[in-house]
Amino acid sequence: MNTLIFRTVAPFLTALMVLFSLFVLLRGHNEPGGGFIGGLIAVSALAIFGIANGIAAVRKALWFHPMAISAFGLFIACLAGLLSMVFAVPFMTGLWVYPVILGVEIPLSTVMLFDAGVYLVVVGAITSIALALEAGDDL
Amino acid sequence: MTPDTMGLTFLAFCLPFLGALVAPALTRLLGHNAAWPLALIPLAVFLHFLGFNAEVARGEIVTGGYAWVPSYNVSFSWLIDGLSLAFLLLISGIGTLIVLYAGGYLKGHRHQGRFFSFILMFMGSMLGLVASDSFLMLFVFWELTSITSFLLIGFDHAREASRRAALQALIVTGGGGLFLLAGLLLLWNVTDVTQLSLLMSFGAEVRASPFYLPLLFLILGGAFTKSAQFPFHFWLPNAMEAPTPVSAYLHSATMVKAGVYLLMRLNPVMGGTPAWETILPAFGGLTLLVGAVLAIRQTDLKLMLAYTTVASLGLLVMLTGFGSEYAVAAAALYLVAHSLFKGALFMVAGLIDHETGTRDITKLGGLRGAMPVTFLAALLAALSMAGLPPFFGFLAKEEIYVALAGGSLRAIAFTAAAVIGNGLMFAVAFAVALKPFLGKRVETPKHPHEGPALLWIGPMLLAVKGLVIGIFSAVAHALLTSPLASAIAGKPQTVTISAIPHVGAALLLSALTVAFGIVIFLVLDKARAAANRLVEDIGWGPDRGFDQVMRGLVRAAVSVNRLTQPGRMEVYMTATFAVVALALLVPPAVYGEWPRAPVWPANIPFHELAVMLLAVLGIGAVLAANNRLTAIVALGIQGFCVALLFLLFGAPDLAFTQFMIETLSVVILALAMTRLKLTPRDHRSLREKIPDAVIAIACGLGFALYLLRVTQGRFDTALTDFFNLYSKTIAHGANVVNVIIVDFRGTDTLGEIAVVMVTGLAILSIIRIRKGGKAGGEA
Repeated sequence: MNTLIFRTVAPFLTALMVLFSLFVLLRGHNEPGGGFIGGLIAVSALAIFGIANGIAAVRKALWFHPMAISAFGLFIACLAGLLSMVFAVPFMTGLWVYPVILGVEIPLSTVMLFDAGVYLVVVGAITSIALALEAGDDL
Repeated sequence: MTPDTMGLTFLAFCLPFLGALVAPALTRLLGHNAAWPLALIPLAVFLHFLGFNAEVARGEIVTGGYAWVPSYNVSFSWLIDGLSLAFLLLISGIGTLIVLYAGGYLKGHRHQGRFFSFILMFMGSMLGLVASDSFLMLFVFWELTSITSFLLIGFDHAREASRRAALQALIVTGGGGLFLLAGLLLLWNVTDVTQLSLLMSFGAEVRASPFYLPLLFLILGGAFTKSAQFPFHFWLPNAMEAPTPVSAYLHSATMVKAGVYLLMRLNPVMGGTPAWETILPAFGGLTLLVGAVLAIRQTDLKLMLAYTTVASLGLLVMLTGFGSEYAVAAAALYLVAHSLFKGALFMVAGLIDHETGTRDITKLGGLRGAMPVTFLAALLAALSMAGLPPFFGFLAKEEIYVALAGGSLRAIAFTAAAVIGNGLMFAVAFAVALKPFLGKRVETPKHPHEGPALLWIGPMLLAVKGLVIGIFSAVAHALLTSPLASAIAGKPQTVTISAIPHVGAALLLSALTVAFGIVIFLVLDKARAAANRLVEDIGWGPDRGFDQVMRGLVRAAVSVNRLTQPGRMEVYMTATFAVVALALLVPPAVYGEWPRAPVWPANIPFHELAVMLLAVLGIGAVLAANNRLTAIVALGIQGFCVALLFLLFGAPDLAFTQFMIETLSVVILALAMTRLKLTPRDHRSLREKIPDAVIAIACGLGFALYLLRVTQGRFDTALTDFFNLYSKTIAHGANVVNVIIVDFRGTDTLGEIAVVMVTGLAILSIIRIRKGGKAGGEA
């Protein structure tokens, strides 16, 4: 599969898919999408990149160890839940703020933070499995 | 209780744990002198609780606390009456001295900071245990004492004997804790209260309940294991593997008294029944005799004291269950007296060991010149333990005999047990306090000299306290023992006994005890030999029984493991799917809940039919594939078709996820297959394929029937309506599926993503193991 065309197209495809996955993540609250699906799309993107350009390239592009990304996701998901404790409401109660930036009201919430955590957990965990399997003995 | 006192009391319960946090750092900074600032913690706790003395002496009960989980009626609440207060003062008071003593005893030890930390944690657990009002808190602290004592007993973890002793103590006392939990739950069920202070008015209900006997056994299961009653006594002497400060603390005033505390606490509720007044004195009396005889047998100072502790605990249980006012008063007196003299004597034993290098009584002698202060402390404590006037121990013993003496057969039997037990303990007390100090000087591994102040302050103070309380008994009774006895009895009691001997049956029995004790002391070597012969003739003991039970348990676990975990993937897969098939097919067969035959819809659109046909073709391709990779990809066809169906029936979220999952599972399965170095083709013969096919078809059929049945049932739209109604208004999201995942059921999702991550970690480590455990490098 390592054709020249595939190798050349793969990075662009990956970039587009990752962008799309973020889009899916963010629209998830009102349209079909969300952290799980977004995460899976991002993993597919990375898988394509890996098949085309090799494991080392993916690792370099990720910068962090995928498991660390996953753990960070779990961390911010917990944080999103715990934030509600500060405001003396039960664990995992959604909190919303509506800052107005450049005249546009942007709803932000702990729920979104939580979904981002889900996204990162899925991306990290599945990527690390895929990479470990794809890698040869040079683990 | 004012809010201020409440906060301070709460702080007093937390303080030892906070101290445990800073202890290691402080010890690194100050060395063994960290004992001085650390001892301020139990001292502060002691002084705080001393402040309640006036209220409690007036007969008031101090309660307080905070709601913890209000929805389950669980609170962090405490109950301070005469019983709790006596324990709180003993624990914190002796604890102060123990911290100082440990400072001297473990001076220069590599892990002294860790030791301080453990002992403070233990202290905190113990304080919480005796002051708990709510059942749950009582249980939590009960198990905490088991866990922290495990750490303390196994402190010297490099030695196997100490690891074994620690584990044994944990298994026996922690296992007993489970009995206690069951007992407390049963109590809750019977009375519908979860607080000890409320429980007190439910005594009649509890005693009349049909569950009284099981309840009693469960509570006794907890109390007897903790308080080392025969036949669970073996863990206590083994726990002597711990450094001496631990023994002095755990086995004088704290850990082992927890069981006695529980019995005393429940005496007003559960006591007074024939079962209570038979089982408790019987086991207590037996423990007293067994402990005393085994104590005579030992030559190790600490072991001698350990077995007398077993005997004393037996005596306390016997008195608690004996069922008369005097018995309760005697138990109260003996409880306090024992804590003081036993704490002192254990510290003396440690001091001798520390300064001479041995604690074998046959290798010690003539230390009075070299260690005069130690000698004095030992003597004072031994006089109290022997029960001679005017020491506190004498008061306790007099009261015991007043309580027990009587004309009935039961009274005579228990009086005899008490006289023999006390007489033997008398002999042991003086053996410990006199033999090492008097007589000819014997060469010891280390050259003996008086220990540092840190080491003798503790035993000296405790021993002197035994004398002072004995002399000023009226004050002590008013402040300490009368409220204590009242709390045990559940009604006001006044303890009046004083150090001035009164002529009567009790004094006569005391004299008899002393005479018997002196005789045994004089022929101690012969008595030891006799006790040794007796034990050897019996041969088997609970200690060996414990080992046998543990070995049996391990063996059973190994054989079960071999049976269920053969390590062959085929067996696991077959078993899993066979069970799935059975779970799906057996219940409808048993209950006759088969679905009705579905009616084939008249006009299925062409595109839906095509998708279904494609899925079936995919399955066919899987079966026909002559190559594993082809089969995996063909399975993907079927998956995509199902995703397409989801999309057609209006579930875009589900369809998207299904698409991604199918893609990734094809990629990952293909990667895993190449890793596994399998033969490219299926190697099974037809005979192996048929059972596999049967299981597969049964699973598929089961799921199909199950889904049919479910969709034929009436669909309850309560949840759907709820989510549709509130998704936008409460959670500000239009996508109901996503709102459920991240908001309404967010905690579930949190658990799920944690599972995803842990699974990832597990798979990663399996892959690493397969690569020959090559560490390092990027993974």
